[in-house]
Amino acid sequence: MSSDALKRAANRSDSLAHVNAAGWGRGLFTLVRITRMTLRHPWQTTFAIGATLVAAGLQLMIPRLLGHAVDQTQTAMAGGVAGKIAESALLTTALILLTVSILRGLFTMVQNYFAEAVGHHMGYELRLACYEKIQRLSFSFHDGVHSGDLITIGMLDLEGVRMYFSTALVRTILLAMLIGLGAYMLLSTDLVLGLVALSFVPFVAWRSSVTQLRLRATWLELQERLSVLTRVMEENLSGIRVVRAFASQVYELLKFDKASHAALELAHKRVGIRVKNTSAMTLSFFAAMGLVLWVGGNKVIAGEITVGTLTSFLTFMTILQMPVRQLGLMVNAYARASTCGTRLFALLDLDVAIKDAPDAKDLEISEGILRFEDVSFSYPQAAKRPVLQHLSFEARRGETIGIVGRPGSGKSTIAHLIPRFYDVTGGRITIDGQDIRNTTLRSLRQAVAVIQQDAFLFTTTIENNIAYGDPWATEPRIERASESAQLHNYVLGLPMGYDTVVGERGVSLSGGQRQRLSIARTLMLKPAVMVFDDSTAAIDAGTEQRIRIAMRRYAKDRVTIVVAHRLSSLMHADQILFVEDGRIVERGTHESLLAAGGRYRALYDLQVRPDDNIAATTKTEARV
Amino acid sequence: MTDELETEREDGRRPPRAVVGSHRIEEEMFGKVFDGNIVKRIWAFVRPYKKQMLIAVFAVLTFTATQLAIPLIIRYAIDHGIAPGTEDHSALLYSIIAFAAAILINFGASYVQETVVGRVAEDVLFDIRRAMFSHLQRISLSFMDKTEVGRLMSRLQGDVNSMQEFLETSVLSVGDITLLFGIVGVMLYLDFRLGLLTLAVLPILFVVRIYWLPRARIAFMAAHETNSVTNGALAEAIHGVRAVQSMDRQDINFTLYDDKAHANLRAHLTAAKYAQVMVPIVDSLTGVAMALVIVVGGSRVLNQALDVGVMVAFLFYIQRFFDPIRSLTLQYSVMQRAMASGQRLTEVLDVPIDIIDAPNAKDLTAEMDGSVEFRNVVFGYDPKHPVLKHVSFKVNPGETVALIGPTGSGKSSAMALVHRFYDVQQGEVLVGGHDVRDLTQDSLGQQIAMVLQEPFLFTGSVFENIRYHKSAATREDVIKAAKTVGAHDFIVKLTEGYDTELGERGGNLSLGQRQLISFARALVADAKILVLDEATANIDSYTEMLIQKALVRLLENRTGLVIAHRLATIREADRIIVLQNGELIEIGNHDQLMANGKLYSKLYNLNYSSFDDLPDEELEAATSGDFKT
Repeated sequence: MSSDALKRAANRSDSLAHVNAAGWGRGLFTLVRITRMTLRHPWQTTFAIGATLVAAGLQLMIPRLLGHAVDQTQTAMAGGVAGKIAESALLTTALILLTVSILRGLFTMVQNYFAEAVGHHMGYELRLACYEKIQRLSFSFHDGVHSGDLITIGMLDLEGVRMYFSTALVRTILLAMLIGLGAYMLLSTDLVLGLVALSFVPFVAWRSSVTQLRLRATWLELQERLSVLTRVMEENLSGIRVVRAFASQVYELLKFDKASHAALELAHKRVGIRVKNTSAMTLSFFAAMGLVLWVGGNKVIAGEITVGTLTSFLTFMTILQMPVRQLGLMVNAYARASTCGTRLFALLDLDVAIKDAPDAKDLEISEGILRFEDVSFSYPQAAKRPVLQHLSFEARRGETIGIVGRPGSGKSTIAHLIPRFYDVTGGRITIDGQDIRNTTLRSLRQAVAVIQQDAFLFTTTIENNIAYGDPWATEPRIERASESAQLHNYVLGLPMGYDTVVGERGVSLSGGQRQRLSIARTLMLKPAVMVFDDSTAAIDAGTEQRIRIAMRRYAKDRVTIVVAHRLSSLMHADQILFVEDGRIVERGTHESLLAAGGRYRALYDLQVRPDDNIAATTKTEARV
Repeated sequence: MTDELETEREDGRRPPRAVVGSHRIEEEMFGKVFDGNIVKRIWAFVRPYKKQMLIAVFAVLTFTATQLAIPLIIRYAIDHGIAPGTEDHSALLYSIIAFAAAILINFGASYVQETVVGRVAEDVLFDIRRAMFSHLQRISLSFMDKTEVGRLMSRLQGDVNSMQEFLETSVLSVGDITLLFGIVGVMLYLDFRLGLLTLAVLPILFVVRIYWLPRARIAFMAAHETNSVTNGALAEAIHGVRAVQSMDRQDINFTLYDDKAHANLRAHLTAAKYAQVMVPIVDSLTGVAMALVIVVGGSRVLNQALDVGVMVAFLFYIQRFFDPIRSLTLQYSVMQRAMASGQRLTEVLDVPIDIIDAPNAKDLTAEMDGSVEFRNVVFGYDPKHPVLKHVSFKVNPGETVALIGPTGSGKSSAMALVHRFYDVQQGEVLVGGHDVRDLTQDSLGQQIAMVLQEPFLFTGSVFENIRYHKSAATREDVIKAAKTVGAHDFIVKLTEGYDTELGERGGNLSLGQRQLISFARALVADAKILVLDEATANIDSYTEMLIQKALVRLLENRTGLVIAHRLATIREADRIIVLQNGELIEIGNHDQLMANGKLYSKLYNLNYSSFDDLPDEELEAATSGDFKT
């Protein structure tokens, strides 16, 4: 167990880890792929983009109309147009302006809503795809990946991709429209003044993009530093007894301060980056506005343009200001979507190593014979280190096979091969003559149940946990299974009985209670092969014995395999296999193995009353 | 069974007992908008930065003033320097100079304000967090036992963050309110009647906003909630994937997850509707205000009752005056969230520290004899239900005493009292002849090394874990300790030996290996007294043997108080104390206890290798024989 875990830690070269190193080309490819995904919602996409175009156009009309209104007053006064006519002309302009404003609001609403909707629909699809993929990926994948990394992909990266349409794509179209059309209108009205008015755009666009990218880089670093801080705090609180036992509060505070200062320093730096640039951007915008006022003012005086035109130039600038400043956010959204998407797609594109063969048939149980035929196995991450070598044995219905060996001998691996959590790398495993690789996973896993070492509890009621594999089960059946697993009495003693919520956020069960629940859960499946993977280690010997007696009822209908290091768990087996370095080195019944006087015998002597000899040896060693 | 499952699902029915993810009970997100006590508490953290905050508020006011001035300057330029009929064009130059001055002040003020507020908010955030963390280091363990780590973490993170948000927002609110009143004032000043007319749209927006806010918030909360529900289900699928696959639940889970993901989609679409419905309303009202200025203001310009520049300035102000209203309503929510968070923060900060050094506390020196004595000790986590009742015993220097007894007999409590994790209700606990209440906690901790039942390792290298806070310990000391407890052999086999980084809580080591490392850690601490809670968890026989050997070494030349489960350990002890229901019922060495024929001898004769393997009924039989009354 421990060596497997170590190997896993040392061997983080699974496919997901490479993704971060992906270059620009891959990022671009990712963006194309996300963009193509939006096309699965053609109507909503069309609405969003169409509304964006209209809304941008309407928005650009507003400065024009305002300038027009100002001019109407000026020309009327200068030319002596009759008050009534001039007033009705103003009324017309006002009504048009009102209509344009309302329409602009409505189209912006449509644009934003559908942009969001496309994103949320994409998010929904990706969520499902992600969930399904994670559920199906084989054990060897999950062995090699940190659960935290998967959660990051499924939550944060998915969010980055979901936001792409509204924050990157639609915003790009809006900006292109506003800047493009706006520039055209300004420049065609007055080239010089137009250039002056637009002079802030390149500077702000550039600063904003650079700043956002820098903020993003420092943000990622800040997250890393904060996660160090989180870890320091979390470990301190979880291990508070160790901290107190060693009177190391001061040491812990120093550790905290170090992590905290590292994060604070960067947080300050980020404030600096942000402020320097937002202030500079505002200044450049206002400076351009001042220039427009100066140049435009002189032009008005010279009679080249009207006051209305000057007004419309100034309002144009206020309208352009926000989107141009947001250009950085847009650039950031592209960067985020491309890295997040690359990671997310890497997960979604992974091949499920263990799946139904194309011609897979349902497993058919007749005689109920499980056979290991010359089975060899090594983990994909360490293909050179064989875990099992040329293993053969046979188990018939009604029989119990005990498997024992040192930690790391490969005994647990045997348990994991039968339901195809991993595929053998040599030889084959058959049930009633059918190679398990040619059967459907579903039928195989219904026929083979493994009770794991560390029973995972779902955060729901005890009843639902027991019925996990058969959620249609009736209450009496659940209680019977619970009785057989010696759990029933304990559950009845709880204030909420079978409705007690357990798991991460529920009542916490002891190791032994969890294992009993896990046994009850497995009994519900009525499997043809039942494998105990060291799953009674935390149950006291007496209770274990009672469970064994209760199980005798079912045992005649199935093959039972018991993997354990406590001999009392498997002494009664019909056949005991002693595994060492992936090979079966001794086999026989308890009596015959004891009589043989080999490794099994040595282990037996160690476990039954080990105190005398240990005490004796250590005493002498200590004295030497 | 398979067929039944398939057909049932086609009906659209879901299995009655199947759920994915769990519904987390969310904490109250919003509190009162304003709570004087909480603000006072938070203010205590801001006070050290009072000067900066004053500068920030001053900068915000300056900034807002320049924002207000800019349209006025434009107005002046148009009316006095540009518009037809104006003769003195130098007014344009003056305006430009004024404009330049305004934007430079604006630049400076925004720079100062944002820098100061941003930094102070971060500083306060880190200060609050540190105050809480350091408080948690002193709070009594019974509080820590009752409180989930996750809950405390959300105080240290989520709640502290919303304080930061609150601080930034408060300063911004000052600016927004000033801007709002400033715009109203300037508009009324420029033209009272036109101003009044234009401002008439404001109450409409307020009414709409007030009607909209509670409804929108429900929709936003629902979206937020479904997010955490779907994410919770995903997390469950990731953590429980092995159980899911071995019980073949993928199909059912997918359907159930689809339900949740779909509910999430619907909630988000509803929230998006609520968020977007305000856009046309604000735009329409802006349109109405601008149209009013054009019609009413325009005709007054025609009648020469109004300067055209004033009309332009009005148009500029109108485009700005919805912004502060929008951000103020957002800030309202931030305030409420902050009050709820502040409430929870003060709850933690207010947990009293029960165990403090006495004013005249002495240091326990290394010269003390290393004895441990309980004198008539009564103790209970709840004083009404004592877990130790009048317990007296003495562990002599260098002696090893095994503490045994069934679950709930008070063994662990006795151990905790030696270290003064809790204070006794009656009697006294003496270490080295001193009442622990007369000693400083730090010096007491340095003379007592503790090994807990569950070995807890920190992230970091093996070396760092063994050395832990003894930073004076050299590499040689660490290796020597590891060799002594028999951990050296497996450590050097790790990929990078002593420098191997341990995973989360030492996840890449087996339980037995973690135990040995925690032994080495206790050895490096080099204390006179060792208090040890033997692991009960099942460890394979080979590692078990190593641990037994290590234990003997660890206890050499030290006073040892061991909560023992293994017979091997018990028999090694110089004396054995048997506790039951908080009372000391037997004391003596193995032979003496065997001879007196009470509980110990009965248990021993049952022939189990560990006292924890004892089936309940055998234990009952053994104890009831003695103590039936």
